[in-house]
Amino acid sequence: MANNKKLITMPFSKENPIIVQVLGICSCLAVTVKLQPAVVMALSVTVVVMMSNLFISLLRNTIPPRIRIIVQLVVVALFVILVDQFLKAFAYDVSKQLSVYVGLIITNCIVMGRLEAFAMSNKPLPSLLDGLGNGLGYGIILVVVGFIRELFGFGTLWNMRVLPDSFYKAGYENNGLMVMPAMALILVGIIIWVHRNKNKDLIENE
Amino acid sequence: MDALNIFIKSVFVENMIFAFFLGMCSYLAISKTVKTSMGLGLAVVFVLIVTVPVNYLIDRYLLQKGALTWLSNSFAEIDLSFLSFIIFIAVVAGIVQLVEMFVERYSPSLYSQLGIFLPLIAVNCAILGCSLFMQKRDYGNIGEVFSFAFGSGIGWLLAIVGIAAIRERLKYSNIPPALKGLGIAFIITGLMAMAFQSFSGIKL
Repeated sequence: MANNKKLITMPFSKENPIIVQVLGICSCLAVTVKLQPAVVMALSVTVVVMMSNLFISLLRNTIPPRIRIIVQLVVVALFVILVDQFLKAFAYDVSKQLSVYVGLIITNCIVMGRLEAFAMSNKPLPSLLDGLGNGLGYGIILVVVGFIRELFGFGTLWNMRVLPDSFYKAGYENNGLMVMPAMALILVGIIIWVHRNKNKDLIENE
Repeated sequence: MDALNIFIKSVFVENMIFAFFLGMCSYLAISKTVKTSMGLGLAVVFVLIVTVPVNYLIDRYLLQKGALTWLSNSFAEIDLSFLSFIIFIAVVAGIVQLVEMFVERYSPSLYSQLGIFLPLIAVNCAILGCSLFMQKRDYGNIGEVFSFAFGSGIGWLLAIVGIAAIRERLKYSNIPPALKGLGIAFIITGLMAMAFQSFSGIKL
C-alpha cells in the first residue's frame, strides 16, 4: 500500500515527467498561455495516460514485442479520440483553443514513455496509479506556467480580471513577452533551475 | 509563388520548434552533438515530406465530409474526420518503420547513433503535428502541402542543428550547476525563439 502511494506522489517532484524525465514538453509549452486550457489539457492527459496505462497493462502478456509500438499507439489513439469528441461536445471553446494539441496527446511522450517504462511490466492497479501520478505531475507544471503567463501576460486568471484598474492607471502594462512562445521556454528553464537547487542529486554533470 | 511563400513561412515564421514547440522531446535529448542532430533532422525532413502529402490525400479523398463522393453521390453526407487521428498515426508509424529499415541497411553508423530515437520519430509530435496542421489549414493543392511539409522539416533541422552547435560550445562555459544540461537548453531555446520572432511578418 505504501508503494502504491509512492507511485502517485513520486511524479510530483522527484520524478516529475516534465522537469526530470523530460517527457511531454511540447504540449506543456503550447497550451499554457492561459490557465483554463492548461487545466483542461492536464485533465485530458491524465485521463488518457491512466486509461491507456490500465489497458496496456491488462494486455501486456498478449502483445508481441515486435509490434508493441503500433498496439500502444492504437490504444492511445482510441482514448484521445474519445477525449477529443468529449471536449468538442461539452467544452467547444476550450477545444478550439487547444486546436491540434488534443490530437497530439497521442504522440505525447508521457503517454508512450509511461507505457514503455511502466505499464508493459507491471500489474493493472499500479499502472493505473502510475498514470494518475504522472498525469498530475504533468498538470502541476502546466498550472504553474499557465498561472504565471496569464497573470503577467493578460492580468487575468481563468479569464477573470484580477489586477485592479488602479494598477493600470498607475502605469502598469501587461507584459506582452509572457504571451510569446519564447517566454514559456524560459519559464520552464527557471522552474528546472529552482527545482534542481532544491534537489541537488538531480544536477547533471556533463 | 504561393508554394514558395508557404515554404519560407514554415521555415522561419511558423517554425515547428520555436512557434509550436513540436518535437521538443527529441530536440532536447538528441542535441548534444551536431553530427547526430543532423542525422535526426534529416530523418525528420524525410519522414515529413513522405507522410504529410500521403495524409493529405487520405484526408482529401477518404475522411473529409463529402470526400467519398468520387465513389458515389450517396456518400456525400458521410464525415469520417473523427478517424483522422488514428489513420494519420498509422500512416506515420508505417512509414517510420520503412525509414528505419532503410537506414539500418545503408548506414549502420547512423543507425547505431540514433539508437532508440529512430523508432521514436513515430511518436515525434512534429510529424503528427504537421499532418494535423495540414488538415486544419486546408491547403489548396498537393504542391502547397509538400512545400509546407518540406519547410517544416527544414525549420526543425535548422533549430536542432543550431542548438547542438551551441551546446557543444556550452561545455566549456561556467554555468550554475543546477542549470547545467536541461535548464540552460530551455533558456537558450527561449532566446533562439525570440530571435526567430523577428522573422514574423516576412512575406515574399
